[in-house]
Amino acid sequence: MSDHDYTPKSKVGKWFNDRLPLLTLANHLTDYPTPKNLNYWWTFGGILTFCLITQIVTGLTLAMHYIAHADMAFESVEHIMRDVNYGWLIRYIHANGASMFFLAVYIHIFRSLFYGSYKAPREIIWIIGIIIYLLMMAAAFMGYVLPWGQMSFWGATVITNLFSAIPLVGEGIVTWLWGGYSVDNPTLTRFFTLHYLIPFLILGLVVLHIWALHVPGNNNPVGIDIKKPSKDTVPFHPYIVIKDGFALLMFMIVFAFFVFYAPNILGHADNYIEADPLVTPAHIVPEWYLLPFYAILRSVPDKLLGVVAMLSAILILVFLPWLDTSKIRSAVFRPLYKQFYWILVADVLILGYVGAMPAEGLYLLIARVATAYYFLHFLVVLPVLGFKEKTLPIPMSITEPILGGSPNFAAAKNKESLDNK
Amino acid sequence: MKNFLRLLTIIITLFGFVGVSSAAEKIEYLKTDWSFKGLFGKFDRGSLQRGYQVYAEVCSSCHSMKYLSYRNLSEKGGPEFTVAQAKAIAASFEVTDGPNSDGEMFTRPGKLSDKFVMPYENVKAAQAANGGAYPPDMSVLVKARGDGANYIYSLLQGYEDPPVGVTLDEGVHYNKYMYGNKIKMANQLSDGLVEYGDGTSATVEQMSKDVTTFLMWAAEPHLEARHRMGFKSIVYLIILTILVYFSMKRIWSRVETEV
Amino acid sequence: MADKKTKRRDFLFTATYAVGAVGVGAVVWPMIDQMNPDASVKALASTEVDVSTVNPGKTITVLWRGKPVFIRRRTQEEITEAKSVSMEDLKHPEKDEDRAKNPEWLVMLGVCTHLGCVPLDQKGDYNGWFCPCHGSHYDISGRIRKGPAPTNMEVPKYEFVDANTIKIG
Repeated sequence: MSDHDYTPKSKVGKWFNDRLPLLTLANHLTDYPTPKNLNYWWTFGGILTFCLITQIVTGLTLAMHYIAHADMAFESVEHIMRDVNYGWLIRYIHANGASMFFLAVYIHIFRSLFYGSYKAPREIIWIIGIIIYLLMMAAAFMGYVLPWGQMSFWGATVITNLFSAIPLVGEGIVTWLWGGYSVDNPTLTRFFTLHYLIPFLILGLVVLHIWALHVPGNNNPVGIDIKKPSKDTVPFHPYIVIKDGFALLMFMIVFAFFVFYAPNILGHADNYIEADPLVTPAHIVPEWYLLPFYAILRSVPDKLLGVVAMLSAILILVFLPWLDTSKIRSAVFRPLYKQFYWILVADVLILGYVGAMPAEGLYLLIARVATAYYFLHFLVVLPVLGFKEKTLPIPMSITEPILGGSPNFAAAKNKESLDNK
Repeated sequence: MKNFLRLLTIIITLFGFVGVSSAAEKIEYLKTDWSFKGLFGKFDRGSLQRGYQVYAEVCSSCHSMKYLSYRNLSEKGGPEFTVAQAKAIAASFEVTDGPNSDGEMFTRPGKLSDKFVMPYENVKAAQAANGGAYPPDMSVLVKARGDGANYIYSLLQGYEDPPVGVTLDEGVHYNKYMYGNKIKMANQLSDGLVEYGDGTSATVEQMSKDVTTFLMWAAEPHLEARHRMGFKSIVYLIILTILVYFSMKRIWSRVETEV
Repeated sequence: MADKKTKRRDFLFTATYAVGAVGVGAVVWPMIDQMNPDASVKALASTEVDVSTVNPGKTITVLWRGKPVFIRRRTQEEITEAKSVSMEDLKHPEKDEDRAKNPEWLVMLGVCTHLGCVPLDQKGDYNGWFCPCHGSHYDISGRIRKGPAPTNMEVPKYEFVDANTIKIG
């Protein structure tokens, strides 16, 4: 990479760049060689950046009007919805933006799972991503507490109570988290502070995430390294910028539909009831994006082990680059892994569904089976598959599928999809 | 493409499940055509004004609406009473203000800037006066219940004798649509209870519909603006998407020709 | 041929940029407007004050839009004094009748026009107000007579809705 050969055109530019090489950075980002065969599953990184900025900007403007006090929080949110200019719009963008953020992050993660983007040499990118995901969950959880509705209060109570499962120090930790003997005003004020802080931590990690990515460069649908940059890649600007832009606009249409026509459908009606410590709602459920983990938590009858299972379900992902023993990156050439991949997708969706249901009867049974299968996939299926699976022959290079047959992209894609069967 | 469609199907199914599971009750609510539903939903002004009348004459003696201000009654997108009418409504209520220069609280007639006066000082007073049950504040009640508009509309018409074998405690009533069927609020509506200013016949069904419409506006006063902005935004996004799509095709055409 | 293609390509890109810019503007505006006074603040833009207990020679201070407003019921001597000041003596020439339509009642923002302190009543060399922060003296019509303040104390929009009530704003 000849980043250091770049010289700005203007004198002022050169003077500034010699002192702080921002123009070199900008040049690197625009020229950054990106595989030309990336499909639309690769647009979600850009979409996620848009989501983060949207949440930060709307969050900042909401914070100008929100009051983080148990006696005034709910009312301040109603004040925003009714009196603040465009307050209703900013609030609905922020609330639905959180859901869109998680929708995008799940697609982004599942892209990586399918195409082996977590494999060497991209393990650190993957691990930073897991940390970002954990922080997202923490931020979303605390953000949901802020309106101080019934779900805010009771969700906070249930999840903070989980820490009491830790032997010896558990009760002390819970009291410390609460700042009192139950979820109350001290809990709310500190959750507001942390909710404000975390997105900026995420922003920093995103910078590291992208930096780490730019070392080896992007993975791509066939999972093979770039052989000839001139043939296999395109400069990020304008090719990927415009493609990401197109994908982002499609995403924004879905986002707009929720904000303007179904702004409360992803939420829970009980959160429009003011928090009441004396009345527990019939069904306490987290927001949809936390449901799979909620299902795993409730499927284990023991309190501590349930917490361990839930955390393990996320932490196991950290070890994925080593659990998956296959030398082939992309599922395009791993027909057996591909089947297990789709079963995992179905498994996670099933977990999400039973997470919303009462933890009893058939639902509980399904949750347990699905939880067991989830761990089975990572701990047994992946390691074994790497050794046992008969993979398909991989192409010589990214552009080889084109050179090897027809100069026509469509025909080459056809060949790839025939392989997919 | 195939994978994308697979995923889309799965996501839509999941959202479908989520939507279904949120309406936990198996019972079918009474339905009516709500003017505010749908992409181009708007409020029927007449219905909102009649609904306010039902709220004021029937419900407000027990149910507060503490997040509404009297000025909301004359603002765009709502019942759109005239400013003079809204002022008169406000002035018909006594609002606590103060302390005055003697350090005492006093009452004065309401102003447009005041919030709706509450029938009880606080939650405990409301409970004490209603057999231990708190008549919930109705500012966001429609959003606080799954399928809120249909639920409230049904509940108001859902009073009937309990089925055989169901006994009710003192002060408890049977309602077909209430969660758990037992409700401490007695049936409030009867035909002709309110005399509508515009001459509409005040049947129980009509009053239920009007007051529910009013409650929907109370919970979502900016609904009409939201729908309008939504339409413009999505049309705009579609136009921009088309332009960007063709720009993308134009730019990427250079890549293929180089191969 | 290449020229036509370039023209079409340029138009497409220009159109895309232009439409995109409209969107950016539309998104930015609510973010800025949310900081403007909200509906509940605008509803409190005016205040009604009961002045039935204010006797001649007395000043009361009320809060309006978060700032102090002096309401003084002036005595006959004070009114005569206010009207007799010559315009040449004033840094900010204003006739008393322009400041107090009903000469008995002086209504003005109790904020020094220098740097915003609240002047003290019945102090100073001109039988009016004195600002202790930097020594501005105002007369019995609230006009600046001595000191660094550049203009007279501001008279807000007000009216008598009845004999005992002034509506400010």
